[in-house]
Amino acid sequence: MDPKRSRNSHESVNSSESTRFPDEVLERVLSLLTSHKDRSSVSLVCKDWYNAERWTRTHVFIGNCYSVSPEIVVGRFPAIRSVTLKGKPRFSDFNLVPENWGADIHQWLVVFAEKYPFLEELRLKRMTVTDESLEFLATSFSYFKAISLMSCDGFSTDGLAAIATHCKNLTELDIQENDMEDNGGGWLSCFPENFTSLEVLNFASQQGDVSFDALEKLVDRCKSLRVLKVDKYVKLEQLHRLLVRAPQLTDLGTGNFQQELTPRQCAELESAFSNCKNLHTLSGLWDATSLYFPVLYSACGRLTFLNLSYAALQSGDLAKLLPHCPNLRRLWVLDTVEDEGLEAIGSSCPLLEELRVFPAAPFDLDINRGVTESGFIAVSRGCPRLHYVLYFCRQMTNAAVATIVQNCPDFTHFRLCIMNPGQRDYLTGEPMDEAFGAVVKTCTKLQRLAISGLLTDLTFEYIGKYAKNLETLSVAFAGSSDWGMQCVLRGCPKLRKLEIRDSPFGNAALLSGLAKYESMRSLWMSACNVTMNACKLLAREKPRLNVEVMKDDETDSQVDKVYVYRTIAGPRRDAPPFVLTL
Amino acid sequence: MSPPLVHDYIGLSEASSNSDKLSSSSSSSSTEDEKKSNNIDLNLKETELRLGLPGSKAPERKAGLVLSLFGNDLEDKPNGFKSFVSGAKRAFSDAIDGSGKWVFSGSDGSEDDLGKSGNLFSPRSGKNGLMESNITTQPSSCLAGPSVREVVPPSKSVQEKKTQVSTSNQHGSAPAAKAQVVGWPPIRSFRKNTMATNSTKSVDDDGKSGSGCLYVKVSMDGAPYLRKVDLKTYSNYMEISSALEKMFSCFTIGPCSSQGLPGRDGLSESHLMDLLHGSEYVLTYEDKDGDWMLVGDVPWEMFTNSCKRLRIMKGSEAIGLAPRAMEKCKNRN
Repeated sequence: MDPKRSRNSHESVNSSESTRFPDEVLERVLSLLTSHKDRSSVSLVCKDWYNAERWTRTHVFIGNCYSVSPEIVVGRFPAIRSVTLKGKPRFSDFNLVPENWGADIHQWLVVFAEKYPFLEELRLKRMTVTDESLEFLATSFSYFKAISLMSCDGFSTDGLAAIATHCKNLTELDIQENDMEDNGGGWLSCFPENFTSLEVLNFASQQGDVSFDALEKLVDRCKSLRVLKVDKYVKLEQLHRLLVRAPQLTDLGTGNFQQELTPRQCAELESAFSNCKNLHTLSGLWDATSLYFPVLYSACGRLTFLNLSYAALQSGDLAKLLPHCPNLRRLWVLDTVEDEGLEAIGSSCPLLEELRVFPAAPFDLDINRGVTESGFIAVSRGCPRLHYVLYFCRQMTNAAVATIVQNCPDFTHFRLCIMNPGQRDYLTGEPMDEAFGAVVKTCTKLQRLAISGLLTDLTFEYIGKYAKNLETLSVAFAGSSDWGMQCVLRGCPKLRKLEIRDSPFGNAALLSGLAKYESMRSLWMSACNVTMNACKLLAREKPRLNVEVMKDDETDSQVDKVYVYRTIAGPRRDAPPFVLTL
Repeated sequence: MSPPLVHDYIGLSEASSNSDKLSSSSSSSSTEDEKKSNNIDLNLKETELRLGLPGSKAPERKAGLVLSLFGNDLEDKPNGFKSFVSGAKRAFSDAIDGSGKWVFSGSDGSEDDLGKSGNLFSPRSGKNGLMESNITTQPSSCLAGPSVREVVPPSKSVQEKKTQVSTSNQHGSAPAAKAQVVGWPPIRSFRKNTMATNSTKSVDDDGKSGSGCLYVKVSMDGAPYLRKVDLKTYSNYMEISSALEKMFSCFTIGPCSSQGLPGRDGLSESHLMDLLHGSEYVLTYEDKDGDWMLVGDVPWEMFTNSCKRLRIMKGSEAIGLAPRAMEKCKNRN
């Protein structure tokens, strides 16, 4: 046994001498801790607790893959079974980060293969994952069970084939919203005939067919399957065949929901849905119209999460469906439902906690459709428990937002996107400062805020002064001067992630956060007024930060993008040529 | 019937400016012959798209007009645009290499006509192209759409700034040129791409409920971008085929357009054979079930109800479609 671990076991026998817990007891207790925040706190108590914690940790969460190196991780935590890694800055989702920036999983896998042969789970977000890496993963870890890839890139369906072929104990294959090359759906057929352990299968974002026959057989033999999300190429009548084989599903993502069915087929589908007694999450519904909603009604009463964001429904469609879904907690829709649709939400879903309204035609400058402030108000009136909102709209007023937060003061996540940059309150012509002022003053539990519209430094003054629990702030086309950013950096004690684009914050603003950045995960600034000198100064003053700069122009001193993050791993060794680490 | 509203990628309908002065936001592509034979009624000249070969310039173009989209720099760099092409998913490089896919069947090889502006669309059109939806941005405003991954800061985008286009291997499409700003509104690629296809379908649904428009995408093999047509504005196959012919300027559906069809909705057997043997291209469509069908088999109303998108396929690829169509024709006869 490791001498460090057994150090206390002799002493514990003489209870009169020792006032410490024996290691075994401590470890037993600590092994019950799952929250990584709690574990971090525990590890800071004293050396014994640090050791006990590190030996008992089985899951490690790394919010920024460059904040630490794989070697450091395996050195500290010897018993890891599950790893969650996040890579690129969030703005890479919106093409603000060039390709080949990094966040490649491979080196991590190489190190893990050596030190964590019992690794079971890997969850990645915004990482680059190649097919070779997936194959390496599949062949290096014989106990591997669960892989989840979200917003990742670099791989194709061939990589999935490798997973399906080699991972005999796979329980989870969750591929969400990735940039995945489609080399055919044959990967699904790679699961062996005797493979039955799958519990989660999500390939909703695939862009092509899979062999339905293979899928049907797979669903049939995996009796523990609880999450099944198929892609839009699976037809309604095929869905029926899947459902009758998997009535135990808790989470279903349908395929295409528009197909001509005979009345008998409809009845069968309806019956299949009503047999899914455990179904609480429904998504997919590609191309759904209200025509086939009745088949869902029997299951709707149990739904807590309904994702209609791939179905361009009209308000009437939603008004027909929602009265059957009184237990919804989370609802995602497209703005094609318009304000009337949102009114239906307000009247039908009193338990609603999360609403996301996505734009159906975000780049269409002509369109004057979509949702407005009145729809949002209607939801806030009918759904007092609302605490998470993501709302894309083309017009908003300060008064409306003030009303909304009066109705729903418990917001933890408030992400408002007025799609035209720098747009004013359309009724008063004023900036939208007071709207976000109302949000931060009223919603004391606010953790995440995304702002939009015409905003002056006043917004940031409000944020700095009132948003005491704010952890993530997203800023675009906002602010008037350095003062704004300074207010936030001085004011928000819990700030962890700050991402700013296209705002007039310059060197003074950047440098005002000198004392703060080490307590944050990261700072992103792009298309602001920051120059190389300030970045260099920051890098010099704070050696434990990585200050990475991407420049437009070789000769310019203007910095296009700067990404600052704390790290114990030193400067990146895999930075591409366009990333300068200062 | 009013002529179909043909929108070029920036949403201009038939321009009324004369042929010598090009509107600053349009670029046209056609051969001189095609231009003359094109139906002046539609005033499509101004909105015609030109496809340029490397180094070629459109003689009648005012310098800098067409290329204002990307700043004047490109005018001086005949091969500069090559950088746009890298990474384009559609086989546009084939077209640039002059493999002949985009050779106009009626042309006398007057390829000096072909402005190189056409190539400017390649980075966006490497995906599903610009025809996704109407665009009203002025050319001087940013075309650094989401597919231009790096470098152009959105706040500078409204100026005519030389853009450095990195290899933009973004999978799937984005109606990129519409966006005034890179990465705004903040929507993930997957959703953007899905919405691009969904918006076609949702409009189709509107069409079925009779709101009066039924836009479907029209793609042509070898073309760098797609177009959209409103099926409701046509009442038979002849109208749509002639409209598409004008739109793509080299698309020939064979004898149909000039001779007219017999008084029935479908194409007769002999026409079909002429079509396939005589022309380089064949018009096909994707129906509700996702199958690719030859246009002309079914009555017009049935066609508009089931057509989701159109594709102008090379005749050689369409050979496989012919026998089935022939069978159907025979059975109907």
